[in-house]
Amino acid sequence: MADAKSPYGFRYIGAKRRTKEHPRFVTGRGRYVADIALPGMKHVAIIASPHASARIVSIDSAAALAAPGVHYVLTGAEFCAATDALAIGVDTPRVTRYALANGVVRYAGEWVAAVVADTRALAEDAAELIEVEYATTPHVVDPEIAVLADSPQVHPAHGSNVLFHRRFVWGAVDEAFANAQNTVKLRVRWGRSSTVPIETFGVAAQWDAGREILDVWASIQMPKFPDQLARALRLPGNAVRVHYDVDVGGSYGVKRGIKHTALVSYLARKLGMPVRFLEDRLENMRGGDMHGPDRLFDMQAAFDNDGTIRALKIRALDDVGAYAGRSPLQLGKPVSAICGPYRIKAVEYEPTSVMTNKTPQEAVRGFGQSPTNFAIERTIDHIARHLDMDRIELRQKNLLKKEEFPYLIPSGSTYDSGDYHTVLDKAMKAIDYPALVAQRDAARKAGKLAGIGISTCLEPSGGNSAFEPLFNPKNDTTTWMDSCLVRVDLSGAITGVMGTSSSGQGHETLVSTVIGEVLERDPASIRVVRADSLNALPSNSPVGSRMAIMLGGAAAGAARKIKATLLAIAAHNLGCDAAALDYKDGNISLRADPAKKMSWDELIAVAHRKYHLMPPGFEPGLQTQFVWEVPTGGVLPTPEGVAQIYPCYSFETHIVYAEIDPATAKPSLQRYVCGHDCGVMINPDIVHGMTYGGIAHGIGAALYEKFSYTEDGQLESGTFMDYLLPSAMEIPSVDIVDHCTPSPLTTFGQKGSGEAGYLGAPAAIANAINDALAPLNASLETLPMSQEALFRVISASGAAGSGHR
Amino acid sequence: MSEKLYPVSIEVNGKARSAQVPARLSLVDFLREELRLTGTHVGCEHGICGACSVMLDGEPVRSCLMFAVQADGHHLTTVEGLAQADGSLSILQDSFCEAHGLQCGYCTPGMLIASQALLNETPNPSEAQIRDAIGGNLCRCTGYRQIVDAVQLAASRLAAEKK
Repeated sequence: MADAKSPYGFRYIGAKRRTKEHPRFVTGRGRYVADIALPGMKHVAIIASPHASARIVSIDSAAALAAPGVHYVLTGAEFCAATDALAIGVDTPRVTRYALANGVVRYAGEWVAAVVADTRALAEDAAELIEVEYATTPHVVDPEIAVLADSPQVHPAHGSNVLFHRRFVWGAVDEAFANAQNTVKLRVRWGRSSTVPIETFGVAAQWDAGREILDVWASIQMPKFPDQLARALRLPGNAVRVHYDVDVGGSYGVKRGIKHTALVSYLARKLGMPVRFLEDRLENMRGGDMHGPDRLFDMQAAFDNDGTIRALKIRALDDVGAYAGRSPLQLGKPVSAICGPYRIKAVEYEPTSVMTNKTPQEAVRGFGQSPTNFAIERTIDHIARHLDMDRIELRQKNLLKKEEFPYLIPSGSTYDSGDYHTVLDKAMKAIDYPALVAQRDAARKAGKLAGIGISTCLEPSGGNSAFEPLFNPKNDTTTWMDSCLVRVDLSGAITGVMGTSSSGQGHETLVSTVIGEVLERDPASIRVVRADSLNALPSNSPVGSRMAIMLGGAAAGAARKIKATLLAIAAHNLGCDAAALDYKDGNISLRADPAKKMSWDELIAVAHRKYHLMPPGFEPGLQTQFVWEVPTGGVLPTPEGVAQIYPCYSFETHIVYAEIDPATAKPSLQRYVCGHDCGVMINPDIVHGMTYGGIAHGIGAALYEKFSYTEDGQLESGTFMDYLLPSAMEIPSVDIVDHCTPSPLTTFGQKGSGEAGYLGAPAAIANAINDALAPLNASLETLPMSQEALFRVISASGAAGSGHR
Repeated sequence: MSEKLYPVSIEVNGKARSAQVPARLSLVDFLREELRLTGTHVGCEHGICGACSVMLDGEPVRSCLMFAVQADGHHLTTVEGLAQADGSLSILQDSFCEAHGLQCGYCTPGMLIASQALLNETPNPSEAQIRDAIGGNLCRCTGYRQIVDAVQLAASRLAAEKK
């Protein structure tokens, strides 16, 4: 738990503070979308395609419509004619996507029709009565086949399965490869997994015909959600009101149910009834369009005998499934940290985003950075093995030094600050690295497979949008602002207003702590509310590890404006310059004569009631807003593909000790330390919590979790019995070691931390498992490293495995 | 055609509740939709995630794997029934807040039920016993560490209170 006092010298920032949101959750008083019961609400069940690729020949809804309690059956023919296609992140206008299939299904699980009935059970009963006739067509599930010209086409109108391909070259890559003393090549694969929140996606919608407003409650975490919804429904933006005071039961990126919301909203308006849809688990896993990156990397590195890494070549082939969405952009974020935390001056990056007949990909924690970090860190370990050099020494040699910041990387982003060597040292001390090596060696002598894994990785944070114009020149967005409104009411109580929902990040705590810090008022007394989208200021929602930086910065900006107004009121009434005043706990006094003062209550009374005492030119009342642009934002990429993307760079190093049972190939992680530097932590318990959770998620991606498909394109892991989320039995007790290198770009020196842990855990675990396999001369470069995959590798090596002890 | 209904009488959080329900209505849907006790959550509906855990006669069970009619005549405790008599947080609930043993709160009711059941039987559990007790409840936010801390904190506070 955090220290009672702030380690940074702040009053509230960094000190132990309970999370404002918790009391409602521990008493069962949260308000999740499934808890919202609108009067007369109807329920939706989905009919999904059983085929990976087919034409819809006919749909017979007659029996379903005649079933008890059924109000409507909606098919793609009606829906696609009445709404517009959903937004796409790249310039592929012919890859259209609607909530319901438009005559063609492109993956098993794709939504074909929707039934509306009085209860979910009746809707499901009726769904079973709908007869859909399909004519199957050729499909493709292997991304390496999908890129070929003669492959079956997922969207024939697009002319290819490739959504995006570009070869970026930053620096003298070929020269470095020609001149380097050594090169290595390797292929690694990141498996198809996702964040899989325990709450599935849900949405309720109601059309208010008298006011012509669509009201939406959804478990949403999505930038520009109301705007995209309005466009899809052909409504003006001010006819869509998204209610953000809905608790979201986990997201970590994926809660982007735009298709669900478009469908439910259309039905609510069409039928004039409130309508709700809650995914069941199979719908969530199969048709929820929330799978994560599924990525093949071909890596090459050029380096000298002393370990100096001169250049990298990275080819990434990402299987995004059957539709585009924002998923190709997940190859774009890694451009912002393409050389990792290392001094690598030349990088070639060739990302390809390809469609297959699988469930579409959605944004997952880290937005493509964790797979890239994994590929880079495997490459670092291969270099060490090639040189027979210690992996830590190799990293220490190439890690950027504290005095090199700010550091411009070849692809155009500037790393703001860091002290990587100290963080690595602290983590090694915390785990007692020499003793850990001795433990591994002793275990090996005793016949065990034991390994140590290290990773040193970056978390780009602050959520800028510059990968959008980088990957789509038609998109010239250069701002991803966030904002906050602060109000001090007549009673002197403070309210902070934010304009987005949260999924466990504790934003109410963030906002109240920051306002309390600036105004020197107790954060416990500060209320934080969430405006609906028609009342809210602009927000780009909690993505890209941005809220501590962006919402925190906006709250501080608004609070500072309030403070400036209070000082102006005091200066006017005390007949002095504001610079001659002291502000303490909300009360203001003349520095030279502290007896001359105005209390918080007096200042508030002037602002709200005594306009005759207000300084000229000031508005009465006491509320103000602040909209903050992302630091370093506002710049388009160059035509050569050089882009300043993220403002802040958090650093994490993971050291993990793994053993693999030689007989059963079951892996276990027995020691785990994470050294972490995200600058100033506004609430250390929250930062630590997200980091522990990110590590657990990373352990899942590394060892257990996979959306597995058959050759026929059928999802094999649609339940929690076959898609394995790690439990408290698989996740070890992790120790986090903090370090603080403040960011020079942010209000309090904070950096992002929402994706922490996940960005370095899979890399470290893959390195540990391969260290354990090294004595067998075996290796495994595909995630997840499941027990079955490990068993095969160990058996093939001729060691143990096949012979049970 | 309407579904045949069956009478159920269940004591929920100390209060007698009666209703007429279809045979296929799951216990969790009964609690959430009929009784509007929405603190108990639905995560997987196939018995793995534990978000729907409630206590049936003091034992943690999955309310998604039971029909409401099977609970007829039994005593149930849901997360809404864990607070102290005066409505203030129980020591376990307060310890979850203090140790930051939750984030999004979705798995939390199940975690509280599982760990309260543990503490009822094992007042001074080891870390291994805590992990075993919550091993059937999935959490995607916390990595479990602060949940384990919260249960340990609750155990020590309960022990101190008894002295």
